Amino acid sequence: MSNTNPLLDVTGLTKHFPVMGGFPFKRKIGAVQAVDGLDFQVAEGESLGLVGESGCGKSTTGRLITRLLEPTGGSIKYRGQDITHAGRKQLAPVRSEIQMIFQDPYASLNPRQTVGKIISGPMEINGINPPGGHEKRVRELLETVGLNPEHYNRFPHEFSGGQRQRIGVARALALEPKLIVADEPVSALDVSIQAQVVNLLQELQQDLGIAFVFIAHDLAVVRHFSQRVAVMYLGKIVEIADREDLYDNPRHPYTRALLSAVPEATADDIPARERIRLTGDVPSPLNPPSGCRFRTRCWKATEKCATEAPPLVQVAGNKEGHLTACHYPETHDTVPAPRLSKDVAA
Amino acid sequence: MTLPTPSAAASLEVTDEIGQIPDSSANPKGSESRSPGRLAWKRFKRDRTGVISAYIVIFFFAIAILAPLIAKLYGKDPYTTYASQRPELLDAFSYPAGPNGGISSDFWFGIEPQLGRDVFTFLLYGIRTSLGIAVAATLLTTFIGVVVGVTAGYLGGKTDYLVGRIIDILLSFPSTLFFIAFMPVVYGLFVAPDENIPTSLRAISLILVLSAFGWASIARLLRGQVLGLREREYIEAAKVTGASPRRIVFKELLPNLWTPIIIQSTLMLPAFVTAEAGLAFLGVGIIDPTPDWGVMIQRGAQFYTEDITFMLFPGLSMVIFVLAFNLLGDSVRDALDPKSKR
Ligand SMILES: Nc1ncnc2c1ncn2[C@@H]1O[C@H](COP(=O)(O)OP(=O)(O)OP(=O)(O)O)[C@@H](O)[C@H]1O
Ligand code: SF4
Ligand SMILES: [Mg+2]
Repeated sequence: MSNTNPLLDVTGLTKHFPVMGGFPFKRKIGAVQAVDGLDFQVAEGESLGLVGESGCGKSTTGRLITRLLEPTGGSIKYRGQDITHAGRKQLAPVRSEIQMIFQDPYASLNPRQTVGKIISGPMEINGINPPGGHEKRVRELLETVGLNPEHYNRFPHEFSGGQRQRIGVARALALEPKLIVADEPVSALDVSIQAQVVNLLQELQQDLGIAFVFIAHDLAVVRHFSQRVAVMYLGKIVEIADREDLYDNPRHPYTRALLSAVPEATADDIPARERIRLTGDVPSPLNPPSGCRFRTRCWKATEKCATEAPPLVQVAGNKEGHLTACHYPETHDTVPAPRLSKDVAA
Repeated sequence: MTLPTPSAAASLEVTDEIGQIPDSSANPKGSESRSPGRLAWKRFKRDRTGVISAYIVIFFFAIAILAPLIAKLYGKDPYTTYASQRPELLDAFSYPAGPNGGISSDFWFGIEPQLGRDVFTFLLYGIRTSLGIAVAATLLTTFIGVVVGVTAGYLGGKTDYLVGRIIDILLSFPSTLFFIAFMPVVYGLFVAPDENIPTSLRAISLILVLSAFGWASIARLLRGQVLGLREREYIEAAKVTGASPRRIVFKELLPNLWTPIIIQSTLMLPAFVTAEAGLAFLGVGIIDPTPDWGVMIQRGAQFYTEDITFMLFPGLSMVIFVLAFNLLGDSVRDALDPKSKR
């Protein structure tokens, strides 16, 4: 689904955090290669899921897109406009269109501000004066996210985790964004509450046509939410495809391992996927393996994998827009893939 | 896995997810807020020691502010040597003739040995001078400490490193020794050695020197706090919406720093009161005839074997004040920061 005119166009995006050390004068002694050459696009109104284990650079990617971090390399284009190194002032026009929802509902709301102030702050900063005033708009937003508008004057500590996350969503909506980066928005919540928040986001995506970059650490959450899914490993995208393609026909061994961990919600006449247990730890991004970064844990790794980094391409047998970075992609028949039933409620 | 760190506030929470807070029966409109400040005030009001200490402290400040008025109603001033008009007040050895340091309906706290000044007004004005200097020094110290600490913490990098080293150096100074050594130097900057040093200059120099050595500790504390808060997601959230650094510092950071700032300044003020008195006692601060707590104690120390009453009033009042203020500081800390409760 590579759109000719994507909303967000990321090419070669790289972020290396310098590691300082030495005595008596500190100098750069290495770099954490948190994100290393990402390419992906997000179309208008589309939801892209970004999945990977802890430490693979998902949050860093999100923070690069929202420009909380300065990229080391590559480019970020929003509606064709290069915002890779835009400063705060240059960024101002698109600031309101790219918003973020954070992972930790306890740390993402200022404990000294009322809900009203938290949600109207973005409007104040951007000089937006909605008809009827800020308070009216805040009440509307509270209603949109399923909170009682009368709680306008309450403080964050008076709300539960799920309610706080809804406040965070309302804050992001205050500027009527076109793109929301949601960094593991539900992983801090109770399982029973996760679905409610995901459903809320899904409604917003459909009703308001907001595009999402939805970050998650497993494939279960994005499954119901994202039309397109990118799988990350150690700072690189190893596979990206439309949802059905990815779930039905995973070509990268890592994707397959992740998928095997997703509990099936399908009819029982279809054999469950055999569970693949990955052994070993994720290598340090300070010193990633040569060639394919997954090779230290891959059961198919060969000499070639150690010397040659596999490019992210449409390997033989992939549908249009399904890219895989592997020298020896999995084949369809090795994967007893059940069809994804589309009506599974979250 | 980055697990969230539920704050202690989590215990206050409801788990109801429908968007309704269950206590709505007690609070039907749901619009009354329980702000962190109001919760702290509620906790403080329950603390007996804190409330009593607060009254004592307020009493002292009221005395200091109203000193001229009280003196006027009382009909005396701290400078007149009453004994020279009424020699019968002092005995042959220049000690108060009456019992208990000459306490009478005329001289409520007695009269001073030798010069025969009125102890009551002298103490009133002494408290006024001492508290004035201590309050000014506290305000200046807090201001410098907050500005430096927040700037260093927020900017980080080289600024932070430089400020950090300056703080280290300042904190390693034996400050009392330096006060004693520095005060004459500071006076020397403004006045020739043979001239008289005006009282206002002494007061200003004291405030400057106390602040110069005092800001480091509060700056260090705030720097650490800001370093922690800077990484908070709500700061990032503000940045994502385009907030200016100014707005982030004033609207997002500072409101979360009031607790340590208030706690620090309530600890600092009584320390400055004693430091100021100490310097006066050693003769490098405020000097006679300006009324001052320290000056009184210094003079009292000369006569205490013969006339303990004169030592008693300034000494006791200062102990009460410092004790009450420290207790108040503890209660304020407990109220603002319930987690730190011992
Ligand atoms: N400010 C930073 N300075 C140095 N290293 C960093 C910084 N931020 C992230 N990293 C490193 O970059 C790597 C990627 O971190 P990131 O937070 O993007 O991972 P993540 O995929 O979001 O993980 P998680 O699921 O735990 O949130 C990690 O190894 C992390 O230690
Ligand atoms: S390139 Fe080699 S090591 Fe990497 S995933 Fe494919 S088979 Fe495994
Ligand atoms: Mg993360």
